[in-house]
Amino acid sequence: MTKLDKNDRLIRISLLVVAFSAVSVLAVITIFIFEQGTPIMFKYGLKSFLFGQDWYPSEKSFGLLPMIVGSLMVTFGALIIGVPLGLASAIFLTEFSHRRLTRFLKPVIELLAGIPSVVYGFIGLMFLVPFIRENFGGPGLSVLAASIILGIMILPTVISIAIDSIRAVPDSYREGSIALGATKWQTVRMVVLPAARSGIVAGIILGMGRAIGETMAVIMVAGNAADIPGSILQPVRTLTSNIALEMGYASGEHREALFATGVILFIIIMILNTIANLTSARQKKR
Amino acid sequence: MKEIAIQVRNFSHYYGSHQSLKNLNFDVYRHEILGIIGPAKSGKSTFLACLNRLNDLLPGSRVEGQILVDGQDIYGPEVDVVALRRKIGMVFATPVPLPMSIYENVVYGVRLLGKNNRKELDQIVEDSLEKAGLWNEVKDRLQTSALKLSGGQQQRLCIARILALKPEYILLDEPTSGLDPISTMKIEDSLRMLKKDYTIILVTNNTKQAARVADRTAFFLMGELVEIDDTRVIFTRPSDKRTEGYLEGKFG
Repeated sequence: MTKLDKNDRLIRISLLVVAFSAVSVLAVITIFIFEQGTPIMFKYGLKSFLFGQDWYPSEKSFGLLPMIVGSLMVTFGALIIGVPLGLASAIFLTEFSHRRLTRFLKPVIELLAGIPSVVYGFIGLMFLVPFIRENFGGPGLSVLAASIILGIMILPTVISIAIDSIRAVPDSYREGSIALGATKWQTVRMVVLPAARSGIVAGIILGMGRAIGETMAVIMVAGNAADIPGSILQPVRTLTSNIALEMGYASGEHREALFATGVILFIIIMILNTIANLTSARQKKR
Repeated sequence: MKEIAIQVRNFSHYYGSHQSLKNLNFDVYRHEILGIIGPAKSGKSTFLACLNRLNDLLPGSRVEGQILVDGQDIYGPEVDVVALRRKIGMVFATPVPLPMSIYENVVYGVRLLGKNNRKELDQIVEDSLEKAGLWNEVKDRLQTSALKLSGGQQQRLCIARILALKPEYILLDEPTSGLDPISTMKIEDSLRMLKKDYTIILVTNNTKQAARVADRTAFFLMGELVEIDDTRVIFTRPSDKRTEGYLEGKFG
């Protein structure tokens, strides 16, 4: 074996170790959460965890349904607000705006992702919550407030992935369509968007993952009552908020129940990520 | 006397400061196949793009002079560009079927006009594919993706979807440059058939193709029209030395 071969092997092995250490962190977290969270789920029964409506940890009542519903509600609400806005921006920036404007606006939009979530929460608390309270009634701290804040927070994800996949549509499709007498908008609607669809969907799912995992901003504007909200103007508690709010003082089975919350969150996010990966893989294959 | 369909008058085209077409003057007759030959960068494709105003899509594109189609200046202020593009169909060098089924590709332009009657669309699909010489090969799989067709079939599909719009003119930009000889032959056969109903302008890098199918041939060089005449004249006794040189393979 020459000296260079030896060097190559050494580098290969050390890179392998580094690569695996990143993966192993994920493995350790996964094992730890499941090891801490699953026993209590089976002790009190999966059904009472997933479908129980009462969360009174001090009385050994660990129903997570309000939080599961809460997470799904604010996430869904975020999508209702973020997806149309994000898609419209992406379409404008790729197909209709001046090149120079796009070059200026895209980095600005991506900057949105760099604002700490506590700042979003603070702005929501100072302006959005009072606005909702005064104009629509209710406490202001609500599903609606959380949905709007999250909708804005997922914009950069939705927009930049949508832009990338719209740009990946070959120009020859656009030319072909326009040469057949389509207007620009008809071309976008009938050719460009369908061709970019799987990428756009993957972006939406990633945005969804961000919305469901977001904690700080949601805690600040959602009100955090552990009940299933009757309307979008009532307070709501999400899975992530549940963990963050009670981790500080929980012990024993209460603590384990919070880990169980984490397990459920973990599974939901895994499912979303897998769907995102599958859809983008399908696009590459075509 | 043949009827004049397109009149090109003192027509120039610029990309930014580069002049890509220089003061063109010639006519295109109705129901003829006009072949345009010339080396790369001679302005052939640019001329086609100008005819159905696809050059509008390019930044820095500018024209001078006039192109009259059926007597109407296509760069005039009152021109409906979308209607113009329907009247003047364009087939590109690389076949670009849209990412949908064969059927949907053919009716794409028709649907844009708001026609959605299933029977009518079925008829249009059959007629157009028949005329493009593709019907027998695809009639049993109209709902499969157009991207699965071979290159030659895709190109004939592109011709079919133009025909579905019932245009008056068909522009072809090196339509067989990526195809094998048999597919090329099939497309040339279709063109000879189509001549009866349409006026066709065929840009080609293959001078023999022009010799085979074109009624008249124009020779472009560096954005200039060197000469235009009956194909037989161009290929046997061209009046310009440069035409002769190009046909003998001295440059280009």
